[in-house]
Amino acid sequence: MPAGESSLKNSIAIRTEDLCRHYPMGEALIRAVDGISLQILSGEFVALLGTSGSGKSSLLNLIAGLDRPTSGTVVVHKSDLAKFSREELAKYRLRTVGMVFQSFNLIPSMTLLENVELPLRFAEVDRGKREGLAKQALERVGLSARLRHRPTELSGGEQQRASLARALINQPQFLLADEPTGNLDSQTGTEIMNFIREFNETLGMTIIMVTHERALAERYANRMIFLADGKLVGDQSNAVSASTGQRRGGKL
Amino acid sequence: MKTYDMAELAVRNLRESILRNSLTTVGISVGVASLVAMLSLGIGLQQLAGRRLEKSGLFDTVVVTSRRDLRGFSREQEENGPAPAESPSLNEDSRQRIAQLPNVLEAYPDIRFITELRYEDKPYLTMVAGLPFSAKNNDAFDGMQGNFFSSDTAPEVILQKSFAAQLLGKTAKAGSEEASVAELAKPLLGKQLTMRYAERTATPASTDAHASNTAEGSNSAGTAYSVISREANLKIVGICDLDPDSMRGQARARVFLPLKLAQNLHVMQPSDLRDTTNMAGGTPAYTTVEVHVKSPTQVQAVEDAIKKMGFNTFSIVDATRSLRQFFAVLDLFLGIFGSLALAVASIGIINTLVMAILERRREIGIMKAIGASDGDVKGLFFAEAGVMGVFGGIVGVALGWTIGRVINLGTNVYLKRQHFPPEQIWFVPWWLVLGAIAFAIVVSLLSGLYPASRAARLDPVQALRYE
Repeated sequence: MPAGESSLKNSIAIRTEDLCRHYPMGEALIRAVDGISLQILSGEFVALLGTSGSGKSSLLNLIAGLDRPTSGTVVVHKSDLAKFSREELAKYRLRTVGMVFQSFNLIPSMTLLENVELPLRFAEVDRGKREGLAKQALERVGLSARLRHRPTELSGGEQQRASLARALINQPQFLLADEPTGNLDSQTGTEIMNFIREFNETLGMTIIMVTHERALAERYANRMIFLADGKLVGDQSNAVSASTGQRRGGKL
Repeated sequence: MKTYDMAELAVRNLRESILRNSLTTVGISVGVASLVAMLSLGIGLQQLAGRRLEKSGLFDTVVVTSRRDLRGFSREQEENGPAPAESPSLNEDSRQRIAQLPNVLEAYPDIRFITELRYEDKPYLTMVAGLPFSAKNNDAFDGMQGNFFSSDTAPEVILQKSFAAQLLGKTAKAGSEEASVAELAKPLLGKQLTMRYAERTATPASTDAHASNTAEGSNSAGTAYSVISREANLKIVGICDLDPDSMRGQARARVFLPLKLAQNLHVMQPSDLRDTTNMAGGTPAYTTVEVHVKSPTQVQAVEDAIKKMGFNTFSIVDATRSLRQFFAVLDLFLGIFGSLALAVASIGIINTLVMAILERRREIGIMKAIGASDGDVKGLFFAEAGVMGVFGGIVGVALGWTIGRVINLGTNVYLKRQHFPPEQIWFVPWWLVLGAIAFAIVVSLLSGLYPASRAARLDPVQALRYE
């Protein structure tokens, strides 16, 4: 279901309460996420900022339903992810969340078309419809000419665009991006960020992006959340640069 | 994920590391091939033995005698059923009742008598027996010269080889080469033989008997028959190679008539005399009725049913039982040896898939991150195991079949050198083909269970971190 109807805007999409994720590592206990409570509204473009090891990726994984909290809750549209079965979590990842990673994470043995089609297979979409939808998604990110190529035959920017197409294919409400430009030069990084901003603005998707580049966050996100040692240390709205100018301010 | 998509993805994943997966599949094939080869050898040998036995007619026959006949076969007649004097007589009525029992193919009276035959005006005394039309397929008539009876009532005879030799005055001398059947047949086939016999005819005795009975004031009606000497002309249609001393019932006679003809002649039987004293209704009784059963496995049941009717029975079923037991054990052992190879192959599948999980950890993580459920991942690995099983099974059956053919050919070349007729010692029934493929798939799927559930349990966060 595409979000972005005005009625949904500014309603609470994701809420975490005293969220903790602790890993045992030998004798020590790593507190990757340590009591984070926050709310994310529908249609927001949130940047999670912090140094490496600050727990931003762990928080993203918890919101993505890839990981389960040690304690605390993640509530997405009133349902508590912690109470989901493994099956329900998989369905949540399939339908509600789209993910983009620093290392693209395309399956190397498959062509771009097959990679983008894969979530449709899991969603049991009819064979006949799948190829058309996948082509459309790839077209949207400007990869029409590369359908039959394998990921290794493409540049990093092209791979990241393909993974964006894959993230969009099931029309999720949230796009979760983990350092999406981390492996790209600044020019292709900008290209990717423009696509993400476009999804936020035209499709109304809620974006949560993990990054350690403050400049990037300031340029695109309308809210910045700062983490350190698994704790929330700052949360500020950000006036998005004038070029798009559509939206101002966020909520503290 | 839909099953078809799963299979499609499985096939494409298998093609990604084609060498390793092909080798694993070859492993399954060899396992299946050895299973098929072993079992088809066992089945082939069993069928060979079975064919021989079935054709001999020894193991599907029950010999029925009356308990009245104290010279009968049974040893337990005192323990079971009615006393001899009370037991029913083995007449046409009983024969028909026996013939209607389930699994009985036919029941025919054993008619044999010693009588005089004339050939070219010289008399010969010998044992004559009626032969049912079904005996045509008996392997005893394999080397027969001429033809079998043209019908069940044709006035025709088949001669046993030694009797034929006697007719021609060629009695075999000890140590000398026996005359061949073909040699004997030439001068005899188509010739006439005259049989002299004693016919038993029902006497219209009632009037006489009635008169005498009333005169004496007795209320018992007597039965009577007359015996008339007759002659019949018979045409020699065949000479057979039966050994007169063999176990087979028919073989103890030297001249054979069509059974119906023999019955219609109403030849006086030795038992008739005894039966005169207690015969009810004047129907003649048979000394022996031979019962053919559909298969040796049903002989016991038929025997029991006939015993219940109050007759004595005899069969050689015990011999087939131990034979079947032997083959069951043989098949079991051959199957176990064949399965060992398949067990090794299944370890190969487990190994290949576990390796694939290690190699494709990241891929599994990606699939989970973009929405694959545990079931999807498990199903995918399961399908890969299944696909290897399908290919391994099909190739294995083909391989096993080829091995069987080659060994069969080799055996036949050897048999030919030793001047034996070729034999099919290798038989692959269709159920073995399907069964072996199904077994390969089942074994593969079982082997895939552990790797598949291991893949499904993989933590996506860790899998994605893994480089």
